[in-house]
Amino acid sequence: MKGRRISRRDFLKRLGAGAVAGSTLTVLSACTVDTAPRQGGDGGSEGGGTLNLYNWSDYVAETTIPGFEEEFGVRVVQDFYASNEELLAKLQAGGTGYDVIVPSDYMVEIMAKSGVIQELDMAKIPNFENVGENFRGLPYDPENRYSVPYQWGTTGILYDREEVGEVESWDAMWDERYAGRIAMIDDVRETIGAALMRLGYSINSTDEGELGEARELLLEQKPLLRGYFASTEIVPLVESGDVLLGHVFSGEGILATVENENLAYAIPKPAATRWTDNMCIPAGAPNPDLAHEFINYILDAQVGADLTNYTYYGTPNEAALPLIDEELTSIPEWNPPDEVFDRLQVIEDVGEATRDYERIFTEVKSA
Amino acid sequence: MVRGAPILKRVGSLPDWALLLFAGLVYLFLYAPIFVLMFFSFNSARSTQVWEGFSLRWYAELFRDQSVLDAFYTSMVVGVTATAISTVIGTLAALALARHSFRGKTLADSTIYAATVMPEIVVGVSLLAFFVAVQFQLGITTIIIAHVAFCISFVTIVVRARLSGMDRSLEEAAMDLGADPPTTFMKITLPLILPGVMAGALLAFTLSFDDFVITFFVAGAGASTLPLKIYSMIKFGVSPVINALSTVLLVATLVCILGGSRFFSRKEE
Amino acid sequence: MAAQKGVDKGRGWSLGLAGLLAPAAFWLGVFFLVPLLLILAYSFGTSGVYGGITLGFNPENYLKVFDPLYLQIIVRSTVIALLNTLICLAIGYPLAYFIAFRGGSWKTALILLVMIPFWTSLLVRAYAWVVILGGNGLANRTLQFLGITDGPITLIFTPQAVMMGLVYSYLPFMVLPLYASLEKFDARLKEAAQDLGASRWQTFWRVTFPLSLPGVIAGSILVFIPSAGEFVIPDLLGGSQTVMTGNLIQQQFLNARDWAFGSALAVMLAVLMLGAILIYVRRIGTDRLEGV
Repeated sequence: MKGRRISRRDFLKRLGAGAVAGSTLTVLSACTVDTAPRQGGDGGSEGGGTLNLYNWSDYVAETTIPGFEEEFGVRVVQDFYASNEELLAKLQAGGTGYDVIVPSDYMVEIMAKSGVIQELDMAKIPNFENVGENFRGLPYDPENRYSVPYQWGTTGILYDREEVGEVESWDAMWDERYAGRIAMIDDVRETIGAALMRLGYSINSTDEGELGEARELLLEQKPLLRGYFASTEIVPLVESGDVLLGHVFSGEGILATVENENLAYAIPKPAATRWTDNMCIPAGAPNPDLAHEFINYILDAQVGADLTNYTYYGTPNEAALPLIDEELTSIPEWNPPDEVFDRLQVIEDVGEATRDYERIFTEVKSA
Repeated sequence: MVRGAPILKRVGSLPDWALLLFAGLVYLFLYAPIFVLMFFSFNSARSTQVWEGFSLRWYAELFRDQSVLDAFYTSMVVGVTATAISTVIGTLAALALARHSFRGKTLADSTIYAATVMPEIVVGVSLLAFFVAVQFQLGITTIIIAHVAFCISFVTIVVRARLSGMDRSLEEAAMDLGADPPTTFMKITLPLILPGVMAGALLAFTLSFDDFVITFFVAGAGASTLPLKIYSMIKFGVSPVINALSTVLLVATLVCILGGSRFFSRKEE
Repeated sequence: MAAQKGVDKGRGWSLGLAGLLAPAAFWLGVFFLVPLLLILAYSFGTSGVYGGITLGFNPENYLKVFDPLYLQIIVRSTVIALLNTLICLAIGYPLAYFIAFRGGSWKTALILLVMIPFWTSLLVRAYAWVVILGGNGLANRTLQFLGITDGPITLIFTPQAVMMGLVYSYLPFMVLPLYASLEKFDARLKEAAQDLGASRWQTFWRVTFPLSLPGVIAGSILVFIPSAGEFVIPDLLGGSQTVMTGNLIQQQFLNARDWAFGSALAVMLAVLMLGAILIYVRRIGTDRLEGV
């Protein structure tokens, strides 16, 4: 679901180093020499060799991977996927060579059911004690047999405060005054979910009538939209002013508000999505021991805090909380108060109804 | 279309100025986007649309991005391996098809042509389904297998075209002089068809290096090719780094083309 | 036929021939034909909720293809591909003609200039349009500079942007075969036609164009087939609002977990494309014979 872009702030930090590199050619030759011997990350399974991480795009801090590589003397190869279903499809091809994957809530349940992930050995993950009560034993994996939470967040609205005023509910995304300058996430469950929640229904509704109403609502919204995009594509559109109201994930939304004070991120009423991404080990992972080490490493207080300070997503890691930048902890949308938290909904697998959701979304998009 | 008689007389001429203008516009259409892309790779700001000043920071950024370098490396490994395998297999098949008639030739021909015109998305999903069914681990191997599968046909067609225009008398002379078939092949046939084989190999490499759709479906652990990386950069974090990468690729392509055309023109002589 | 003697082993199979063909037969058989047969089998199966497939004879997936919603997407993307082919032909033919007959000593350079974009990643070329058509992009700035528009207008994420991206991406595929067939053309034929009193148009339609038909056919196929199955350009330039058959297939495999229906769509697309080629080649082929 997620997928992050490198923040501008981060670019500024790197700029100093970048300025040193004068001519392109020097850089080119230097790098070619530098990288050649480090190659060969094709899933080498010898102990301490390579950890293959399959993750959402730009979802680790700059220090996360180098820190792990240094500490354990290994190499980490990271690939990216764009949807939970893409991840599932790739995993179904048997042992895929990945050691750690990061599926979202409902997908953990599906993967456990279809046997593509293995049970975790909690004895090897002592840092699990850092995980907050709220993030243990979530409905999709009640005993944490398969998964350990990685990051969490909400899905809401990033908007231009000057042009739109305060946004409180989903109604803004259907407001004709902003025709052509609204963007929704190109994700079946999130976008149909937004319509369902606006109607006051459950985001996991399988009721034909309710889904029909959601479909009508989305068809009504369609002419007002700029399009359906990845959340990462929507943020720059809002920043450049092309789009006034964008349906985005909390981390990148909040980051945009920090960088540009005209922008604001709202967790809309009456309900919004709360999601949790989890670390799991695929069945047949080449390097399960290292995978456990990696999971344990991520749950370290400092590593967890660094992660959140970079991604701006929430952390399930209670021990990391004191180490989070104040800039973040002071934002109510990052750390929603109880009354907001209580109206958040978690996406669950809808089984057979998945096809109905897909059909509706195809119908809406091609209308 | 009535114009002055002198122009009418000139063979097959549309008005020349109109054609020239039209061609110029088409070249503008082909190149303007590329130049705009290159131009903004030197932008000092993050925007790919608003110019703020000259800078090489995106190139520095690019060359420090390990994942881009990894992807480039993977693409090279895949491209070179797939080209080598498909060139050998495709050349052999071309020899068989150009010089022999046999039962099942129509099937062989149709398969080869079908493989060139089959929509990539169909090839991609069917290979994914296949690898899943036989539980073949997705990774660099599956990418190479897939690339070889779609490159073979192109190599075969190109080499076959060269073979069909070839004079057989030299080969016959060699055979008459007592050379065995392998010697004849290595000493006579191969040098004669080499330009065709090289052209086939070049085409195979280009197709492999640029392939996105099929690779998208069959890629696995540690095997992101450059097009996959570019796609995720466009989708998940547009910045002038993509422009810088595109510029580097374009320049590299140009160098290869110029070098290649030198090579070919020398060969032809 | 005498030249065939000596090397040709005749009509039958031999060890040598088998050796030449075996690697290609193996590779294309196992990694092209078998996968196609597999999705043919899957297209009659039933998808499990979690992605597995139960084989059987279930015509439902094909019935679903004819569901007005999906049928309309297939028809629409075929029309888009067709339109793309025609536009590429309309732009590509005069260009190929210009290079072949007016290029002079610049011929090679000019054709190379057409091929360079073809050697550039398709993704990069699509991305270039994302940059140009954006709100503050070159296109909008030019329009405002010329006083045609007052402020930024919506250029990207529209069906027109998808069309533009398709034409841009596939134009070289049309120009190359056209050029190849025009370049072989013997200019004396035109002279002869004109000496016999044909006008320029007559010469073009009666002599030049029919002789360039192989190039037209090849170019049209090279443009039509991939654009009918395209899913990247609608994805990047269409804001996911122009759903094409390729997007639909990809969705079934990577989002909906409905491989059976996805397979049925893929089979339909393959059949449609191969059928179109056969009809096209036959039809143009006979017309050409009649014309000569």
